[in-house]
Amino acid sequence: MISTSEQVSKAFHFRKEWLVSLIRFIGLFGLAFLVFAIILLAFGKNPVKAYVDFFSNTLGSTYGFSEILVKMIPLVLTAVAVAVPSRIWLINVGGEGQLYIGALFATWGALTFDTLPVWILLPLISLLGFLGGGLWASISGILRTKGWVSETISTLLMNYVAILLVNFFVFGPWKDPESANYPQTAQFVDAATLPAIGDTRVHAGFIFPLAALILFYFVLSRTRWGLEMRAIGGNPEAARRNGISIAKYILLLMFIGGGLAGLAGMCEVSAIQGRLRPSLSPGYGFIGFLVSWMAGGNPLGIVAAAFLLAIVTAGGDILQMAHGLPGSVVSILNALILFVVLSRQGRKVGLKW
Amino acid sequence: MVGSFLEGLLSGSILAGTPLLYATLGEVIDERAGIVNLGLEGVMLMGAVVGFTTTVETGNAAVGVFAGALAGALFNMVFGFLVIARRANQLASGLALMFCGVGLSALLGAPYIGSQIKGLNEIIILPLSDLPLVGATLFRYDILVYLVVPIAILVWWVLFYTRWGLSLRAVGENPAAAFAAGKNPYRLQYQALFIAGLLGGIAGAHLSLALTKTWAEWMTAGRGFVAVALVIFSKWHPLRAIAGALLFGGAISLQLQMQARGVPVSPFLLDMLPYLLSLGVLAVWGGARRHAAPASLGQVFRGTE
Repeated sequence: MISTSEQVSKAFHFRKEWLVSLIRFIGLFGLAFLVFAIILLAFGKNPVKAYVDFFSNTLGSTYGFSEILVKMIPLVLTAVAVAVPSRIWLINVGGEGQLYIGALFATWGALTFDTLPVWILLPLISLLGFLGGGLWASISGILRTKGWVSETISTLLMNYVAILLVNFFVFGPWKDPESANYPQTAQFVDAATLPAIGDTRVHAGFIFPLAALILFYFVLSRTRWGLEMRAIGGNPEAARRNGISIAKYILLLMFIGGGLAGLAGMCEVSAIQGRLRPSLSPGYGFIGFLVSWMAGGNPLGIVAAAFLLAIVTAGGDILQMAHGLPGSVVSILNALILFVVLSRQGRKVGLKW
Repeated sequence: MVGSFLEGLLSGSILAGTPLLYATLGEVIDERAGIVNLGLEGVMLMGAVVGFTTTVETGNAAVGVFAGALAGALFNMVFGFLVIARRANQLASGLALMFCGVGLSALLGAPYIGSQIKGLNEIIILPLSDLPLVGATLFRYDILVYLVVPIAILVWWVLFYTRWGLSLRAVGENPAAAFAAGKNPYRLQYQALFIAGLLGGIAGAHLSLALTKTWAEWMTAGRGFVAVALVIFSKWHPLRAIAGALLFGGAISLQLQMQARGVPVSPFLLDMLPYLLSLGVLAVWGGARRHAAPASLGQVFRGTE
């Protein structure tokens, strides 16, 4: 029996700890932003002006906020693409390549079946996007189940192959003859375009990350599959002796993970670009890995981390356009945020993978 | 025709394999100390950009190489702080380091895009360079090419025949045992990361000072990751890394030779060669040899509890 005063003090203690960790959290991000400001200053840019633009054009306006949501769609998908295989300690660093192949498959569908009505075509190219990313990741899955190549290395290298493959099609057989020197495919028909919501670029594809998160949580906590995955993750040898096929799970989870990243690629070509271009993604696959890692595979954590890194990604566009900085400068900020998170988490929970 | 093709292929392999070998040697040292460094890509980029900009400013490529090496080593210390002092996850830290390198090198290099340099001088070994067929190409390289194999031998000797190398490998195999034997795992790992950073920086500097002689964003194009694959291929052994680097240099060179000769295959497909070769070779060669990996790879010593 716990006395009331103890309960109160416990609740109070809990709240205090929560507050402390919140302050610490904000302080850490402040540190990352501060270091980035110093870097900007060192390169002769005005960090105050940069940050004012950065935040007023992201969090500060309706349109800016909608742009954050636009970036969250691929980030959540690629993060879940990492989180799903990581349940059994598989490390999928190939989200970027899977995203590109998903976009490639979806583009093939959109260009080939452009006469189909929208209610068939959109589901079809979504499916193709999922299939493309999934099959691409399955190559790494097969290499892993055969014990040939670790999935970390193979997914990493396959990123480059995927991007080159997209380049091959965009510069070669699929190049739109009407767009002169621009390497891009023909524009998608309306039936292959995910509808936008209101005046923003937020599009109907947002249901994919939402569904992915809910399914991820549900399957993990409420089904036999989730239990078996936990068993494999906890002790693979014991799981194997209990008749759980680890190879089956490796292939399946790699396929699903890759498929989700492929869906992100489909969303980008269908809703954002309207066609396939080589500059499809500013590294969503890699940033998604960082999102998933920051969240420790927790569904709500993924949303929070994706929101944060989406701000940075959207803000990066601003820095590039308004301040003449190279587009990849924002990856410094991404890295700094990660550095501070990494340096805290490692101490506390140790190796998650 | 065939002769000149082979000649070009061979000399191209050596030239393209050199930065790969420097990077691979660095990663071998990292991993022998028990640390997987996926940030090598970023370290190479820092070496490339600092080496290039220093060469533009000073007009001296040798200074550029030193600056690039030092930049790589210092940059790798950031990674060291995360994974050793803060015990952060090595894969995530490595990717974060790569990101940081991509951004920072883009920022540093932006004013220097299009700058011209003379690059590293070729050193012609006189009597040998007159040899028919091979002489003209095989013995006209910059100093870093000549040095890379001796450095590989040096790394092998240090790792396997010195007290320091033995301690380092002990840390990679079993840090607790090394600690019990009176070694300081953390200090050894910092030293390993510093040397690996030097080598990674040289790899990047060679890329921008001898191969391309220009700076472009993300010019390493995944070579850092290929080097990580090469470490597995070479069974964590510096001498086998020589063969591996030559093979991958060959793939890069073959692709360049075919493009130069107008072989009617899309350059994008040819560009895939090094990555596909990495995967293929690992699939055939790598799986069965996993036991060669240092036993405590990926884990950082947590003290004796």
